[in-house]
Amino acid sequence: MTTTPQAVRRASPRARRTVTPPDPARPLLPAAEPVRLLDETGTPLPARTDYPEPPVEALRELYRRMVLGRRFDTQATALTKQGRLAVYPSSRGQEACQVAAVLAVRDTDWVFPTYRESMALVARGIDPVEVLTLLRGDWHCGYDPTEVHTAPQCTPLATQCVHAAGLAHGEAYQGRDTVALAFIGDGATSEGDFHEGINFAAVFKAPVVYFVQNNRYAISVPLSRQTAAPSLAYKGVGYGVPSEQVDGNDPVAVLAVLTRAVAHARAGKGPFLVEAHTYRMEPHTNADDATRYRDGAEVDAWRDRDPLARLETYLRARGVLDDAAVAEIAEQAEAYAADLRTRMNTQPTVDPLSLFDHVYAEPTPQLVEQREQVRAELAAAHDEEGDA
Amino acid sequence: MATTMAKALNSALADALAADERVVVFGEDVGALGGVFRITDGLQARFGEKRCFDTPLAEAGIVGFAVGLAMSGLRPVVEMQFDAFAYPAFEQIASHVAKLRNRTRGKLSVPIVIRVPYAGGIGGVEHHCDSSEAYYAHTPGLKVVTPATVEDAYSLLREAIDDPDPVVFMEPKKLYFGSAEAELPVRTEPFGRAVVRRTGRDATLVAYGPAVPVALEAAEAAREEGWDLEVVDVRTIVPFDDATITASVRRTGRCVVIQEAPGFAGVGAEIAARVQERCFHALHAPVLRVAGLDIPYPAPMLEHTHLPGVDRVLDAVARLQWDDQPDARWAAA
Repeated sequence: MTTTPQAVRRASPRARRTVTPPDPARPLLPAAEPVRLLDETGTPLPARTDYPEPPVEALRELYRRMVLGRRFDTQATALTKQGRLAVYPSSRGQEACQVAAVLAVRDTDWVFPTYRESMALVARGIDPVEVLTLLRGDWHCGYDPTEVHTAPQCTPLATQCVHAAGLAHGEAYQGRDTVALAFIGDGATSEGDFHEGINFAAVFKAPVVYFVQNNRYAISVPLSRQTAAPSLAYKGVGYGVPSEQVDGNDPVAVLAVLTRAVAHARAGKGPFLVEAHTYRMEPHTNADDATRYRDGAEVDAWRDRDPLARLETYLRARGVLDDAAVAEIAEQAEAYAADLRTRMNTQPTVDPLSLFDHVYAEPTPQLVEQREQVRAELAAAHDEEGDA
Repeated sequence: MATTMAKALNSALADALAADERVVVFGEDVGALGGVFRITDGLQARFGEKRCFDTPLAEAGIVGFAVGLAMSGLRPVVEMQFDAFAYPAFEQIASHVAKLRNRTRGKLSVPIVIRVPYAGGIGGVEHHCDSSEAYYAHTPGLKVVTPATVEDAYSLLREAIDDPDPVVFMEPKKLYFGSAEAELPVRTEPFGRAVVRRTGRDATLVAYGPAVPVALEAAEAAREEGWDLEVVDVRTIVPFDDATITASVRRTGRCVVIQEAPGFAGVGAEIAARVQERCFHALHAPVLRVAGLDIPYPAPMLEHTHLPGVDRVLDAVARLQWDDQPDARWAAA
């Protein structure tokens, strides 16, 4: 026997209310406010069962790598001023995001970075000279992606989001439990490939974590020109992807949220989207002039939310970091920077004939001809030098 | 036995799927439907949804997904439903598919096959008939292949799937369903080799893809005018076979390049320039081009005016300075 809706209403208004189905979008939505485990002074907030605090050893390592990361970043900026790098997009102020993200994944997982993730890559353990090859300009990608399970730093915005979906699906297809971690910025969430990537990952249930560092600016364009959504994390719900937003300057919260996101993906539940609210303290690159589009008071306000100071305060208060440890880590960072400086202060050798080596597995006859032409040009130039 | 290019392509995909577990075939409507041209017909039923599957309707997504799959060690073969529908994928193709090997000094390669049904002559409405080969041929790192015969369709597709580099595989739609004698499986000449489809002494017609049958028909018709024409099928635009084409033009001393795409800055222009550079002293006439008009692909009722046909080819052959007089078309300039 069937009952018409009208019959139900007449019979019992209360019964009708109780049959309202649960909202399927609800579990996918991020929290109304970004997840925080430390306040801006580094004081712990009440513990949460959904995002348990990571073990203290992980937090100490997070601190150590953030210190190294910041020192790497200032060294890279200095190298740019000295003309050793063609350009450098700093991630100063985003240390919690850069470092916690790579600590949340395994060495066998794959990372898909953008050009702003140099700090994340050195935190992942990749040789900093290899990371800076792109920006020094002696080749494009300096590291072997297959060895470090890290895609080349991606300059075309958001295109890596689809690669991450494909890689993750391909790994699962071949029976491996690899997770793909795709970095992306706030501006790039406006690109089509972000949407296509997250949609493919969702449809194929691919184990991908999409990690949006919302640093408020796409070069000069503020977030208000990228989206009318209440948070970038709301972009997941339309694709059926659970999402979360986190205080990106709270290192403990970023690591906790990403750890859960990675576990979700690895458990075969499909992709997860995380938006971290942070701030780009420096201009877009050394070639940019940020005073043209934002005022100093805004930057100063974010200086007070420094992620490194926040974590240091917390670890000291917990008694797991003291002056001696801080000094030792600072010393490690100085040694790391000095080594990088020394290695970058030599002129790299480049071989013009290598331009033809990796266009195809085997050069085409036309490339062989052009290679010979360049070889002859180089020989002629060399002879002229000899004559002079 | 008589078969079609569509069936040969289908056999090539089936044989590649059977031969190599890493091969996966995907795109829009390639699963249960078997593709709008039925090139993937029956593959999902035979090999399962894991190996042959439909995707969301997003071409950049399809190609970018293939990049990731290739990075994980698979051999993706993707279908762009029509030439013009591949344009959303262009950034993925130009910035990643073509460049990943180079960017990483050969550490990472993405052996992907991107199948593109292309060109017109089928009465298709707008955005269904573009000849887009020049965009791909102009992008270093891609191989660009286009069969004109049933046997080449099979062989070149198998080779494309085995190739260590990404291949844009351009399938002339109007040749899909023409029947020809072919024994499959078959292996024809490898990538980088053009083939003389018809020998002749008086002039060389160079063509590829949908223009090859036009060239052969024109050569047949030219006999009545007393011209004995050679026809060379380019087959693989990249890598390009200078040697075969140069040898032919040096024999005949005259050359007409035929393509269906608009002529300006097209592949035919590149071929004409290369022939002129290499054969100058053997040439009795300038190298001429016969191409589509420099217009957006026209509506179906007008496409016959656009498409280079036998008459336009014969007109060009007639202008190859048989009596050593300047070409009247340029006399005023």
